Amino acid sequence: MIEHVQGLYAYWFITVLLLLGLYGMLLKRNLVKKLIAMTILQSSVVLFFVSSGTKWGGTVPIVDRVLGTDDPTKYISPLPHTLMLTAIVVGVATVGVAFALLISIYSRYKTLNEDILLDRMK
Amino acid sequence: MERHLPVLIPLTLLTTAVVIPLAGGMSKRLAHPLAMVGTFLSLVFAIWGLARVLLEGPMRYHLGGWIPPIGIELVLDHLSSMMTVIILGVALPVLIHARKSIEAEHPEQVVPFFGICLLLLLGLTGIVLTGDLFNLYVFLEISSLAGYALVAVGDRQAPVAAFRYLILGTAGATFYLLGVGLVFMMTGSLNMADLVGLLPHVQDSPPVIVGFVLMVIGIGLKMALFPLHVWLPDAYTHASSAGSSLLAPLGTKVAAYVLIRLALFVFSREYAREELIVLDVIVWLAFGGIIAGSILAVAQTEMKRMLAYSSVAQIGYIALGIGLGSTLGLIGAMLHIMNHAVMKGALFLVAGNLRLKIGHSDLDRFDYSIQQQMPWSTAGFSVAALSMVGIPPLAGFFSKWYLVLASVEQNAWSAVAVIALGSLISAVYFFRVLERVYLRPPLAMGTATVSQTASNEAPLSMLIPVIALSVGLIVLGLLNAVIIDAAIAPLIPARWEKVP
Repeated sequence: MIEHVQGLYAYWFITVLLLLGLYGMLLKRNLVKKLIAMTILQSSVVLFFVSSGTKWGGTVPIVDRVLGTDDPTKYISPLPHTLMLTAIVVGVATVGVAFALLISIYSRYKTLNEDILLDRMK
Repeated sequence: MERHLPVLIPLTLLTTAVVIPLAGGMSKRLAHPLAMVGTFLSLVFAIWGLARVLLEGPMRYHLGGWIPPIGIELVLDHLSSMMTVIILGVALPVLIHARKSIEAEHPEQVVPFFGICLLLLLGLTGIVLTGDLFNLYVFLEISSLAGYALVAVGDRQAPVAAFRYLILGTAGATFYLLGVGLVFMMTGSLNMADLVGLLPHVQDSPPVIVGFVLMVIGIGLKMALFPLHVWLPDAYTHASSAGSSLLAPLGTKVAAYVLIRLALFVFSREYAREELIVLDVIVWLAFGGIIAGSILAVAQTEMKRMLAYSSVAQIGYIALGIGLGSTLGLIGAMLHIMNHAVMKGALFLVAGNLRLKIGHSDLDRFDYSIQQQMPWSTAGFSVAALSMVGIPPLAGFFSKWYLVLASVEQNAWSAVAVIALGSLISAVYFFRVLERVYLRPPLAMGTATVSQTASNEAPLSMLIPVIALSVGLIVLGLLNAVIIDAAIAPLIPARWEKVP
């Protein structure tokens, strides 16, 4: 059990992060906190991809004259990282749109608290 | 040129989406014609693509010349070519209709509105065309971000509805991405055609099972599958008339397409049904969606909100067809995707006409004078409503008919009962509207009585799309056998039962 936790501690950390993000998105009443939780959720998935791409004994995926190109296992896979670059860009765009919406909500209702908001929307 | 068809469809939309804000900076009047040209060209390419696929078989396009599975490929096969024609075929009349409607409701936002519309269409066609799981995520987020922006252009509460949609939509997309990550970890491939060969070796490992379930949950959120539909009613109600009439027919249908592609084509239906009980769960959620959506629709007093809840129910029918996982079920689901896109398009367009001319769409204030003032819009509404209920020979009848056949074939009598019950309840809420519009004596209320009998019909540019979609419903209904034989039968996987 302890070995399991030690060997896969990165995934345990990511699971905790993911649940933290979900908890915040569902239960926090402040819209900015919801947005922060959403970013945490996205980050956990980014970390998941990146950590799934690493391995012991591998180096950065740039051709090294010493290592050569005969044995590709000496390099880690670059694909998860490139995928996550795209996912981070998508995440930034989402946060941008979300902040624009929050500004618009605040200018109309003068609050970002969901309970007060529901009250004022009636 | 024909070789490049798969990429030309989204590329035309992308180019137009970039050009619209630039040209709109010079003159606001350029935005709408440009959007029309872009959508029309794209529709021409889509129809050309469908014709080619039907005559000569699927096309694969390797972006940048990289050979899959390393490169990303766009696939124009029977399923995706049919979906692109549905998407763009419904988008074109909706965008024709949008000009007057958006100029009246949000005159300041005309240029960005059309730019966002084209981005939405780019995302939707991209989802349909791509043959790569991660690329699908990117297009999913393009269409969703455009969708959030479209919802935000609306009444006073629209930004709140859009924010809720954004939070839940992003959660859905993140679940999907996590699922893709788990599948990628086990297979090392993101290419759908490649995965079909790789998955049987690893499909019983926990990461792939969890990954598949996460992907289905994520798509279920985007598709508004009951009980993940909570974002939908607010989003459709508070968006502008033009925005909701573009989003409602298309957004959720494309997510349904992703579910079909993933659960039945990339993973096998035997895997989704027998090893995991995902398909059974989808059927049960579909029951919940049909009944809850229909009952909640009856309880609404505002037309757009009623239509939104009815959408939840209709998504249930599509999910039911997918969940049954048989040839007849898939025919029913594909027909219903197409029919519902046209029906919901027509109904939301009429809601836009009413808001423009009468100034409201509150069901309680509907009376005979509306039919007097707007005979053609109400006629279009009646046709679409009757089709929704499922009156033959309108299109809506045939998709439900195939769903019933599929349920009977599998002895799923509860599904037959739910389809019948859902249709009856939809008859209640649509006939309530029709009864008020055709039979209720005018309410003596202020200005409403002044111009009761005078014609107050919507302008032609808003009327023709409604009529076109309504006539389309009759045509689709009469031609359903032709559509099934020509377009839907070839997309059924070869290992499945024969098309009757």
